[in-house]
Amino acid sequence: MLTKEDLIIVENKQIAKDTYEMKLTGEVVQFMTEPGQFLHVQVGDGWEHALRRPLSIANVERDNVSVVYKVIGFGTEWLAKQPEGQKINVLAPLGNGFPYKDVKNQHVLLIGGGVGVPPLYYLARKLKDQGNTITTVLGFQSKDAIFYEEKFQELGHCHIATDDGSYGTKGFVTDVVKQNAFSVEKYFSCGPTPMLKAVIQSMSIPGYISLEERMGCGVGACFACVCEANNDIDVKGYRKICQDGPVFSAKEVVLS
Amino acid sequence: MNLSVHLPGLSLQNPILPASGCFGFGREYSQFYDLNKLGAITIKAATGETRFGNTTPRVAETSSGMLNAIGLQNPGVEKIISDEIPFLEQYSTPILANVAGSTEEEYEYVAKTLSDSGKVSALELNISCPNVKEGGIQFGTDPTLAASLTKKVKDISDVPVYVKLSPNTSDIKEMAIAVEAAGADGLSMINTLVGMKIDIGTGEPILSNHTGGLSGPAIKPIAIRMIYEVSQVVNIPIIGMGGVTCKEDVLEFLLAGASAVAVGTANFRNPLICPELIDALPELLDQYAYSSIEECIGRSWKNARESAPFSRS
Ligand SMILES: Cc1cc2nc3c(=O)[nH]c(=O)nc-3n(C[C@H](O)[C@H](O)[C@H](O)COP(=O)(O)OP(=O)(O)OC[C@H]3O[C@@H](n4cnc5c(N)ncnc54)[C@H](O)[C@@H]3O)c2cc1C
Ligand SMILES: Cc1cc2nc3c(=O)[nH]c(=O)nc-3n(C[C@H](O)[C@H](O)[C@H](O)COP(=O)(O)O)c2cc1C
Ligand code: FES
Repeated sequence: MLTKEDLIIVENKQIAKDTYEMKLTGEVVQFMTEPGQFLHVQVGDGWEHALRRPLSIANVERDNVSVVYKVIGFGTEWLAKQPEGQKINVLAPLGNGFPYKDVKNQHVLLIGGGVGVPPLYYLARKLKDQGNTITTVLGFQSKDAIFYEEKFQELGHCHIATDDGSYGTKGFVTDVVKQNAFSVEKYFSCGPTPMLKAVIQSMSIPGYISLEERMGCGVGACFACVCEANNDIDVKGYRKICQDGPVFSAKEVVLS
Repeated sequence: MNLSVHLPGLSLQNPILPASGCFGFGREYSQFYDLNKLGAITIKAATGETRFGNTTPRVAETSSGMLNAIGLQNPGVEKIISDEIPFLEQYSTPILANVAGSTEEEYEYVAKTLSDSGKVSALELNISCPNVKEGGIQFGTDPTLAASLTKKVKDISDVPVYVKLSPNTSDIKEMAIAVEAAGADGLSMINTLVGMKIDIGTGEPILSNHTGGLSGPAIKPIAIRMIYEVSQVVNIPIIGMGGVTCKEDVLEFLLAGASAVAVGTANFRNPLICPELIDALPELLDQYAYSSIEECIGRSWKNARESAPFSRS
C-alpha cells in the first residue's frame, strides 16, 4: 500500500554528533511492517527543493515510526530544525525490506556502518521476536558519532568499531568480524558501499545487503537509482534500488 | 466544464499527460491513482535494443530543479511492446510512445515497430535527449537532419508523429518550421537543458556523466518563451512541458500556445500531481472566465496578432 501522507513529528532530538532521531506518527505507520523499507521525505517549502530524501525506517513502536538521520546537506539540516507537531510529507512504505520471516532460531550477524545502522535496529527487533540470537557489529567514525549501542545490547551482543579508535575496536567492522570468527548462519548489512564490498568479501555465509543511491521518484519510474545485477542470475542486467531493493541478496548485485 | 482537446491521434479528455521518462510505463503511478484520469500517457523512450544507460549517480538536485543523465535506459522496443504496454491496455487512456535512437535506421525501426503494434495512439520522436553520446541531440540541433528524420519516420508510421524539440539550440523556431514542413503532426517541447553540478567537497561533477538535463520549475520561463515563439510560426499543435507544478502553470502553458501540457519532474515530488491538476482546472478556468481549453490556447499572442514579433503572416 503506497501512500503519500503528512506525518506529524512527535519527537525530533539529537542523539549523536550531527545525528538526529525523529519520531513521526500517522495512518501509514501501520503498514510499515518490513525492516529495510524506507520513506521518501519531502523537504523545504515550495519547489526550491524538487527531490525527496530517502530515509530508512529505524523502528516502529505503536503508532510511531522512527528515522535516524545524519545532517549532511540542505534536506537533513531542514529536518533537524523542524519542531514537534510539524507535518512532514512522506511517500511510504517504499522498497523491499530484509527477508527475515523465514529466519528462526538461528544465530545471525548484523553489520552496520554510520547511517546504515538505523534499518538494522528494526530488523534486530523482528529477528529477536522469532527466537534468533543476534550479534551486531557497528562501525562509526568516532566515539561521538555512536548511537543505538544500548538498544542493540538489549537484543544481543553489540561490538563497536571506530575509525579513529576513540571507542571499541580501532578500525573497520570487517576487522571486528575477522577477530571474532562469529559462528553465525546468516548476515544482514547496511552501510556505505566500500564497507558493503569489504563485508561481502569477508563473508562466506549467505547474506543480505541494503544499498544506497541518489534517487528521483523513489518508486521505480525514473531509472535514476539502478545498480548492476549479477549477470549469472539475471539477464536484465540491472536492478532498481528503490523498487527491487534497497535490500538485495549479496549474490544478486555487483557493487561498483 | 469541458476540458477535452483533440489533437492528431490523441483525443484527450483533459489536457494533462505525464512527460516521457518521468512516469516509467505507468505501473508505478497506477498504485497511487486510476490512470484513466489522465488525458494521455507518455511512456519512457524506446530504442532498438536494450540500453543500460549511464553509470550512477544519474540525478542531482539543483535550485528549483534537477539534473538527470539516465542515458535512455530501457528494455528495447520489442520488450516494451510485449512486457510493458499490455499493462496499459487495461486503461482507455491514449498512449504517446517516445522514440529514440542513435541512427536514422534505429529511429525508423523503433517507430515502425511501435506503429505496427497497433497499441499506441501516436509517436513522440525524441530528437533532443542530451544524455547520450550519439544520436538524439545532433538530430535536435540540425534542422536538415531533423527534417530528414521526421520525413522518414512519417513515411513508415501509421500513427501521427510528434517531434520533441530540444531547447539546446540557437533557433528553436527554425527547427519547428523544418519538422513541420517534413510532415510532423505536432510538436512536444521542451526537453531538458544541458546543465552541470559540481560537488564542492570532492571538487568533481556529481553526475557520473558530468553533464545532465535540467528539468523542473527552473526551466519553466524558457519553456514558456519557446512555446510562445514557436506556436506563432507553425500550424501544428504543441504539447508543452517544462517545470509544471501547479494549475496556474498549466494555464500559462496554454496561454503561451500549448494545446496540452505534460508534467515531468513534479511527479517525483508529488505522485498525485496529474490528477490534482486535472481536478483543479475547471475552477481555475472559470475564475479567469474561460469556457474551454481551446479558448486559452495561444491567447497570449492571438489578441495581439498584428504586433506579435514572431508572426509569420
Ligand atoms: C534507501 C536509502 C535509505 C537511506 N537511509 C538513511 C537513513 O536512515 N539515515 C540517513 O542519515 N541517511 C539515509 N540515506 C541517505 C540519505 O538519503 C541522504 O543522506 C540524504 O538524502 C541527504 O540529503 P540532504 O538534503 O541533507 O543532502 P544534500 O547533499 O543537500 O542532497 C542533495 C541531493 O542528493 C541526494 N543525496 C545526497 N547524499 C545521498 C545519499 N547518501 N544517498 C542518497 N541520496 C543522497 C539527496 O537525496 C538530494 O537529492 C538513505 C539513502 C537511501 C538511498
Ligand atoms: C529522469 C528524467 C528522464 C527523462 N527521460 C526522457 C525520455 O526518455 N525521453 C524524453 O523525450 N524526455 C525525457 N525526459 C524529459 C521530460 O520528458 C521533460 O521534457 C522535461 O523533464 C521537462 O519537463 P519537467 O520540467 O516537467 O520535468 C526526462 C526527464 C527526466 C527528469
Ligand atoms: S528513484 Fe526513480 S527508479 Fe529509483
